[in-house]
Amino acid sequence: MMGNVKTNRKEGDRMKTQAICTEKLTKYYGKARGIKNLDLTVEQGEFFGFIGPNGAGKSTTIRTLLGLITANSGKARVLGLDPAGKERKEILKRVGYLPSDTALYNGLTVRDMLKLSAGLRGKDCAAQAEELCERLQLDTGRKVEDLSFGNRKKVGIVCALQHKPELLILDEPTGGLDPLMQHEFFSILQERNREGVTVFLSSHVLSEIQRYCTRAAVIREGGIIACDSVDKLAHNSARRVTLRGRVARETLPEVREWSEMGGTVSFLYSGDMNELIRTLAKEEIDDLTIAEPDLEEIFLHFYGKGGEQA
Amino acid sequence: MTLIRHELRRSWKSLLIWTGAIGVFIVICVFMFPEMKSQTESITAIFSSMGAFTSAFGLDTLNFGTLNGFYGIECGNILGIGGALFAALAGIGALAGEEKDGTAEFLLTHPLSRAEVVTKKLAAILIQLIILNAVVYLLAVGSIAAVGEAVPWKEVTLLHLAFFLLQVELACVCLGISAFLWRGGLGIGLGLAIALYFLNIIANLTSSADVIKYITPFGYADGADILSRGAIHGPRLLTGMAVAAAGVGLAYWKYCRKDIR
Repeated sequence: MMGNVKTNRKEGDRMKTQAICTEKLTKYYGKARGIKNLDLTVEQGEFFGFIGPNGAGKSTTIRTLLGLITANSGKARVLGLDPAGKERKEILKRVGYLPSDTALYNGLTVRDMLKLSAGLRGKDCAAQAEELCERLQLDTGRKVEDLSFGNRKKVGIVCALQHKPELLILDEPTGGLDPLMQHEFFSILQERNREGVTVFLSSHVLSEIQRYCTRAAVIREGGIIACDSVDKLAHNSARRVTLRGRVARETLPEVREWSEMGGTVSFLYSGDMNELIRTLAKEEIDDLTIAEPDLEEIFLHFYGKGGEQA
Repeated sequence: MTLIRHELRRSWKSLLIWTGAIGVFIVICVFMFPEMKSQTESITAIFSSMGAFTSAFGLDTLNFGTLNGFYGIECGNILGIGGALFAALAGIGALAGEEKDGTAEFLLTHPLSRAEVVTKKLAAILIQLIILNAVVYLLAVGSIAAVGEAVPWKEVTLLHLAFFLLQVELACVCLGISAFLWRGGLGIGLGLAIALYFLNIIANLTSSADVIKYITPFGYADGADILSRGAIHGPRLLTGMAVAAAGVGLAYWKYCRKDIR
């Protein structure tokens, strides 16, 4: 009994020190699944990627963490606080959120919108806003209804960053931004991360996750199917094997995405490496490359596994 | 204060249009009174021979040839309907409008509790109603004085107070409904205001439908009733204010536990 109490206390302390922690978090919209038994941990100071296709539950997770929706069951803690309770307001003081679709108040100028956001936080963020607008080349005199999707996104970015939050929750942040702006945006995020800010980046642009995140979680059908450092996710998954020569597919177990073109055979291999080499040694091979797949392939690998834990 | 200021800034055009329209129509009507007064006998004869419509609009109780009677009926129609529509629109759009426009996500990811949002939205609506009614009241008494009539302060003040409370009730009820909606509710707000107006007309047609006057806020804001009594009907007003309080309570209850789309 005492052991359980101690374990629970330790668990509670651990949740308090993490930027984000969920335990068996479940949200249904009527009968439709949002997220189911979602366990996720993001340590403070991490640059964390949250990968999944549309409808996997990324936005539901984020909206639950921000208290926009209430979970049916399970626990969630953001900066050690409960987003479903009275601590929600304290969380929102310390969090910057960028939604995937930035809806703004028509009739206001960008400057008004940024002032409104700062005012709702009870802060004067003019200096930060000016710096961010300059870096993102955002014209503050324009009416928000006249802005392109990309420029609306920039307004959302400044609103999320100008109050210098401890935790940034970004949902598909680069949609609409041109490559130069994307680069500038990630430079800002990296600077903030070096200052100790935790970045939680939800995206289906895998190259972003691979380039900037240290750890990532893969969500499928409302549950986390893999969560590890980006390096390990790449390392632990299948290898892309490309060879010139002849090899019979039947001789190789655990092979996927087999393709043959002009004497070149390519496939993803997730079995034992020694067995692969022994098998290939018996064949006529002119050239062989075994490479770590990029995150795109890892993503397909996880999604091809029918949801089983990686 | 930021949210209240923001709400007022967003709605100042609508407030200006509604205040201007109601105020101008009341001024025009008051300026028509001297001419009406000179034709008192024929107008009274016409209005008293309209069958059911005579009692439906309170013309059996009020004398259209007096300023009180004329103002009670005209004011009832212009400020009553106009103010009710404005209040209903302001209430119904307050919470649901944010979800319809997608701005609820922006607003509610700032450090504000849901209860604070409801409180500040309600405060902004009440401020708008106070501004509208204060301007219309000043225009009304100003125009009465301008046509050379003595201002019947008590009667005009009572009428305007009743219409203000009617608007508060409607706005509060619509705010409560708004908390349940996520696609806006323009039709619901307008429909409710008009339905309640016609309910009062039905209640005026027969004394057996008197209970309806407790349901509709037009029951205690009925010009004929107020001017003949020299007071607002207390029990009806109390019922109306209880309904308003229930509307606000419902708004807090629902909005504080609502999933935002």
